[in-house]
Amino acid sequence: MPILSKEEAQALLKKVLSYSKADECEASLFGSEGGNIRYALNAVSTAGDISTTGLSVTSAYGKKSASANIDEFDDAALERVVRRSEELAQLAPENPEREEMPGPATFKEAITYNPKTAAMTPDTRADLVAKSLDVTKKAGLSAAGFLENSTTFSAVMNSKGFFAYNKGTNVIFSVTTRNDAGTASGYAARGFTDVSKLDTESATRIATMKANASIGARALEPGKYTVILEPVAATYLLENMFRFDARSADEGRSFLSKKGGGTRLGEQLMDEKVTIYSDPFDPDLPASTWGRDGLPREKTVWIDKGVVKTLSYNRYYAKKKGVAPQAGPENIIMMGGNTSLEEMIKSTEKGILVSRLWYIRMVDPQVLLLTGLTRDGTFYIENGEIKFPVKNFRFNESPVIMLNNLEALGKPERSISVESYRSYMIPPMKVRDFTFSSLSDAV
Amino acid sequence: MLPGLPSLGNPVDQAAALEYVDVKIKKELADAALNTAKAKGASYADVRIGRYFNQAIITRENRVQNIGSGESYGVGIRVIANGCWGFAATNLMTKEGMAATAAKAVAVAKANAKIGGKPVELAPQKGYGEVSWKTPIEKNAFEVPIKEKVDLLLNANGIATAAGASFVNSSIFAINEQKYFASTDGSYIDQDIHRIYPNFTISKVDRELGVFETIRGSSSPKGLGYEYLTPSDAEKVTGVVTRYKNRYDLLEDIKQMSRVASEKVMAKSVEPGKYDLVLDPSHLWLTIHESVGHPTELDRVLGYEANFAGTSFLTLDKWKSKNFHFGSEHVNIVGDKLQYGSLGAVGYDDEGVKCGKWDIIKDGVLVNYQAIRDQAHIIGLNASQGCCYAQSWSDVQFQRMPNVSLQPGKTPLSVDEMIKNVKKGIYIIGDGSFSIDQQRYNFQFGGQMFYEIKDGKIVGMLNDVAYQANTQEFWNSCVAVCDEKDYRLGGSFNDGKGQPSQSSAVSHGSSTARFNGVNVINTKRKIG
Repeated sequence: MPILSKEEAQALLKKVLSYSKADECEASLFGSEGGNIRYALNAVSTAGDISTTGLSVTSAYGKKSASANIDEFDDAALERVVRRSEELAQLAPENPEREEMPGPATFKEAITYNPKTAAMTPDTRADLVAKSLDVTKKAGLSAAGFLENSTTFSAVMNSKGFFAYNKGTNVIFSVTTRNDAGTASGYAARGFTDVSKLDTESATRIATMKANASIGARALEPGKYTVILEPVAATYLLENMFRFDARSADEGRSFLSKKGGGTRLGEQLMDEKVTIYSDPFDPDLPASTWGRDGLPREKTVWIDKGVVKTLSYNRYYAKKKGVAPQAGPENIIMMGGNTSLEEMIKSTEKGILVSRLWYIRMVDPQVLLLTGLTRDGTFYIENGEIKFPVKNFRFNESPVIMLNNLEALGKPERSISVESYRSYMIPPMKVRDFTFSSLSDAV
Repeated sequence: MLPGLPSLGNPVDQAAALEYVDVKIKKELADAALNTAKAKGASYADVRIGRYFNQAIITRENRVQNIGSGESYGVGIRVIANGCWGFAATNLMTKEGMAATAAKAVAVAKANAKIGGKPVELAPQKGYGEVSWKTPIEKNAFEVPIKEKVDLLLNANGIATAAGASFVNSSIFAINEQKYFASTDGSYIDQDIHRIYPNFTISKVDRELGVFETIRGSSSPKGLGYEYLTPSDAEKVTGVVTRYKNRYDLLEDIKQMSRVASEKVMAKSVEPGKYDLVLDPSHLWLTIHESVGHPTELDRVLGYEANFAGTSFLTLDKWKSKNFHFGSEHVNIVGDKLQYGSLGAVGYDDEGVKCGKWDIIKDGVLVNYQAIRDQAHIIGLNASQGCCYAQSWSDVQFQRMPNVSLQPGKTPLSVDEMIKNVKKGIYIIGDGSFSIDQQRYNFQFGGQMFYEIKDGKIVGMLNDVAYQANTQEFWNSCVAVCDEKDYRLGGSFNDGKGQPSQSSAVSHGSSTARFNGVNVINTKRKIG
């Protein structure tokens, strides 16, 4: 405890299922071990080391089912949690959408685990943060940042012979650098499965450079601009679009709903440069090869050259529609192009370079209209050169509309969403007619 | 920061929430942790033993989609060693588990102390000995049979479907935090905290036109028990739609909202421009939350949240000047951790400080912030304001927003009287889309229902409305606040802050208020 091996998890889950008297029973184990450091004003503010393990049991009688969970693991506790789930299942109303539990299945072993990340300690975290602080102290700036590593496992077994196990590691780092006058702010974020790829020093140097370049921001009139979105900005904006659910589209309440009924499957919805897919074996962004729904995660193309290629169907809805079930995305990779960020700037007559976006929320789900703001380094480009920093803008824009106005793509890189901390592979992109609706005084 | 989507807990257990862990056992465990922390070199330590229960019943149309509940039991131990904070958490609830985790917390503090920085300075706090506090509920939601809740939701869904809703989703969420706090100051505080949130969403879809509209119910999350779902005429506010105080009538509300959803589909698109806004408390709570609650958090002001949520335009020099006009003279805003029915009401915060009430904006002027023990000295306070909270035993506690509320107007004023004086305005009810910058200057808010006001009269419904403003300009454009008869609490079940992000629940009260000359935009767009 808290991280169990495949064999240990299998043995424990077998014992749990041996207590079951229901028609069907599923037991799932999950555990997490790791720690974090938060720092601000060039010193550590909070830090922690946290480990948890939990067990969830679902019992089913026909269309009736319920779950119970526990974080104690002696034999009496294991039996108790099974009995509780059975009692609750007997009380639950029938759910016509409940599907039978899946039978035996085999899944490829994922590449989500890295032993170096799993071996991180409070001291290795402190060392990585110290390297970041060295950069900001030398630059005369103030840093606020966050470093977190985690090792997680999950295992599921059911009474019909299904068993699956996965173990993974993750480390994320982000830093904001500001000056004392409050007139400069820069940001950088990194996420990896393997901690040896994490260079907190170089990331902090980029944040420092952005902060220094952002001093003296001028106000530009809001309106439609050509924008160049760096990957961290594009990631946060596009994250709101990565739900390719068939049911809500069929029901007429999604951006993937078709006028007159049905979905937009097969329609050209975006520029042909847009291809978006999932792949659990992407070496830079590995993901689990199975999900809690018992479905495999395999390479799946969602948008192919701008055409809606695949929609996800859970097992109930797939049966209802007479199609094969299709799990939703476990990871997202957007294919890129060959234009570097420098070339994008060079080819821009008038435009805005956006480093980061902030507080993005849905305004109209029908067209995925989102609002949010630029932050931590926004620059005016004229005649192929960055001319000066500009005040932050509020935008009102839809990622679907934006991906119809795509001019160029760069190489995708692993980038973390500044809100969900999920990692994605997203390229930098140049887009015309991006809508800025007002100015913000925030730095 | 409020989430874009509601979050759910882990999967079900109802009965366990009614079985409390003996206080004696909790004290023994806490003492084991405190003793180890001191022995390992901690100059201060606190222990939070938490059992957290949640229950969610989720339905759509005529079926139950999920009955989920989660239980989580564990301990979080926070220490100061070598002048630095350290924290560790475990769900191994034995004396050995306490000792090992306390030792780990001290090791974390010592590792981080090597990085340097100013030593932690804690405001003094006397020990209270063994004390307890409980949310004053009338009916524990975890004692109410699941069937009763399911029947209520399916009944409600049936009303909406019969009234022409294309889709209806409804849910009841219940939370119970059984928290035990102990510290080296000599406090042993046992608390039993309850919250509840029933809600629904109605969708109207026109497949031929390829358009849809959604509308949510008029309930708010509350620091109440299941009694919130017992209708009471005395707790209703009538008007263009009926709204609710501390008792909610789900069946009545879903009926009226079915009618409103149909009207909303037909509503005309707003003409952008300047309008006088009349904002109902069911809408204004969110504007208060984002533009007053967050920028007056002292940790943001000081820079501790710079990497995620951001900093604040309400810098210390503005507070020190005693003359910073945040809003007009009608704007009086208090921090309050005790208010009945509110989500933030507790007896003691998560670092063992007894809770209270204080002014934040007085007659429009910034007079105070929200602080915890290691910040109090920075604003010249010799005691914390009791704003410390952790979402669970496994997360470290830090400064979180208390209930922050706009006080009602002192002279009698009804909503009808307020609307009568508006020439060109929009009356907004319910919260919608929301976004604000990282220093809390520029914001944009939508809503649920928008009613056009012309020459003192409501003339019909509008759609595609959002308003944008600068925080200080907006609050200075407040020309009137209705009296206390209209006062209601809104709130959020899941306000996110910190890294790793933690969720807290917080209420914001107000009466209907009027803001003159606010910029309204039209949000209608088309794909292709």
